[in-house]
Amino acid sequence: MTIDWIQFTPYTALAGGVLLGLASAAFILLNGRILGISGIVGGLLVPLKGDVGWRIAFLLGMACAPAVFGLLFPADMLVAPRIDADAAVLVAAGLLVGVGTSYASGCTSGHGVCGLSRLSPRSLVATASFMAAGFLVVFVVRHLLQGASV
Amino acid sequence: MNRISEFLVGLLFGLGLMLSGMTDPGKVLGFLDLAGAWNPSLALVMGGAIAVGLAAFAVAKKRTLTFLGGALYWPNNTAVDKRLVLGSLVFGAGWGLAGFCPGPAVVSLASGQPKAAVFVVAMLAGMAMFALAERWLRAPRD
Repeated sequence: MTIDWIQFTPYTALAGGVLLGLASAAFILLNGRILGISGIVGGLLVPLKGDVGWRIAFLLGMACAPAVFGLLFPADMLVAPRIDADAAVLVAAGLLVGVGTSYASGCTSGHGVCGLSRLSPRSLVATASFMAAGFLVVFVVRHLLQGASV
Repeated sequence: MNRISEFLVGLLFGLGLMLSGMTDPGKVLGFLDLAGAWNPSLALVMGGAIAVGLAAFAVAKKRTLTFLGGALYWPNNTAVDKRLVLGSLVFGAGWGLAGFCPGPAVVSLASGQPKAAVFVVAMLAGMAMFALAERWLRAPRD
């Protein structure tokens, strides 16, 4: 195994992770909710009375993050995102993520961060499953389909 | 009070995603690419988040009300079943294709990334398709 030392950013990764943990902590301790993005977004598609406002408030906060990040941190803190996928791949990926997270009732935040933090066996199985599928798909795409040169 | 807190938590979560580098699909795919030049960043993101989360959820589990005096909405499904595994495998496949999961995609959309917009619209379509399919499957028929 070779490590990509140039793109490996341990300090910001850890600090950012701590912020994600603090947000998840505040959400359960103050608002009584599990912080899971797929569930928060998905609940808006089938809205129930009295179950909409908190989702909107949370997502508005999230939507303000890019602007606030620009105020808090120097411009070079934010690396330009590298999005190699073309439109067709993005559509396929989005559909799979939408269907899969709905079927499994959670994604990287709800199962991965909150579920593992509350020691849920269900979330451990979910996290192991989506990680395994992610590893496999990247291996197939990068090393079998595109060849070892990529 | 609740709405303010929910807004600020959403903001904090978005900032965490940006600082951690998870809004860069290249970094996410670098983690998922074990056979290539591996980028361990995502493991530290998860580790940092879970370290804080473990303490917080240990406190939360002992409480009957939140610190704001509201109810705690715990997930009531504990089944490890086909839905969970199959759904997670499908989600992971999509995650590995583009390097986006729902949180970073929403933040990237908010920062004006056209490609994130394409992904989020498709993701919403996938969620809506699932909701419709479930409604249809569960509808009583004569």
